[in-house]
Amino acid sequence: MTRATWSPLEPAPTWSPDMSEAHVAKLYGEPLRELPKDLYIPPDALEVFLDTFEGPLDLLLYLIRKANIDILDIPMARLTEQYLEYVEAMRSRNLELAAEYLLMAAMLLEIKSRMLLPRPPKAESAQTDPRAELVRRLLEYEQMKQAAAKLDALPHANRDFACVSVWMTGRVGERLPDVTVNDLQEAWLSLLKHARVMRHHKVQREELSVREVMSRILRRLQPGRYMEFAELFDLAAGIPALVASFLAVLELTREKLIEVTQREALAPLYVRLTHVAAHDA
Amino acid sequence: MLQPTTPEAVKRVLETVLLAAVEPLPVSELKKAFDDDPGLDTLRKLLEELRREWSGRGVELIQVATGWRFQTRPEYQPYLDRLKQDKPPRYSRAVLETLAIIAYRQPVTRGDIEDIRGVAVSPHIVKTLEARGWIDQVGHREAPGRPALYATTRRFLDDLGLRSLAELPPLVEMEKVIDLAAPAA
Repeated sequence: MTRATWSPLEPAPTWSPDMSEAHVAKLYGEPLRELPKDLYIPPDALEVFLDTFEGPLDLLLYLIRKANIDILDIPMARLTEQYLEYVEAMRSRNLELAAEYLLMAAMLLEIKSRMLLPRPPKAESAQTDPRAELVRRLLEYEQMKQAAAKLDALPHANRDFACVSVWMTGRVGERLPDVTVNDLQEAWLSLLKHARVMRHHKVQREELSVREVMSRILRRLQPGRYMEFAELFDLAAGIPALVASFLAVLELTREKLIEVTQREALAPLYVRLTHVAAHDA
Repeated sequence: MLQPTTPEAVKRVLETVLLAAVEPLPVSELKKAFDDDPGLDTLRKLLEELRREWSGRGVELIQVATGWRFQTRPEYQPYLDRLKQDKPPRYSRAVLETLAIIAYRQPVTRGDIEDIRGVAVSPHIVKTLEARGWIDQVGHREAPGRPALYATTRRFLDDLGLRSLAELPPLVEMEKVIDLAAPAA
């Protein structure tokens, strides 16, 4: 029984039901032959443990390290046995086993069997060692694993340092025209002035309730058609009418009778009826 | 008028331009700030001086793949992190190993990466690195299926504070890998 003498895996026996002859753990330095009955092992502990491996090569490197094996002279029988134990443990718990693990199992068994075959006495040197390719892959993977750790240790932008940039007012996206409060004031005043001029042509100031304007707007809107927001306002009607129209649009929107849309910032606003089907019905 | 006359004044212009920039600026770009080209060598010398001047501060001037930039010193990151709501997540080992293989073995196909790692490379890993702007496709291998070839970008070098791939940490030599893989051997 090689398993008892060669036991590189400290955690594995606790999960293997057939490992009772090997000690399962060490308690105060004394080997523990049996698991305490009240020791709770989460059922998914193995899954978590195996999740820490990045694949069969990673698992093999772990096994090799644990057992202090000389990677250039791997004892295939022991390593294969240990590896299969893991694969079996995974299968017995119905864990989804990546195909790569099975492929590696097959490869290990093949190498093991080839090593049992008598070798031709000469011409066969170390280069044709059945383990050579496996060793090469293990070493290359280990090399990249270490490289990955070193890359991660380098300072990363936005993780370990930030790029410095002084706030500049001119940097906010594309340069847009500057608008001051004065510009707004002037625009509003000219609008009022325009409306006042138009009012002179009226004989009588029309009294308009917001609700009336709401109805008028709804009537003017064709089902399914968009209308430009500005078209809803009749500048000639005077300031009270303008305000009433504006309040009407807000109220219609609040009551979800119309929709006001805008494709992008500063683009024209469009208005349309919300429930086209309901109006038709 | 817009021409600094002393080296000290030129340095202040360089400092200001670099502090105001959002991306690293190469020397060829920096010289546009001056009517009379001070000359690339002069600019490089002054940038080096500027770098030394900032050496005692929380912010440093460094040269990366696409030019010069100011950045905070890594030792102050813990303080910056306290002001942030969430910390940047770390990449999984699968992502890092894939990145390492692309960085050190580029250009490589997904098949090359899978050969080394011994497991399938999920599209998610590649997408993560592409979205970060650290890798991109540089062509196809003329083999069955014409698999895409991946390489690291200049952005990758910038973000890791490197000027070129040559500045990547050197790979552990194979003999040393053996030592590490089997310490008792």
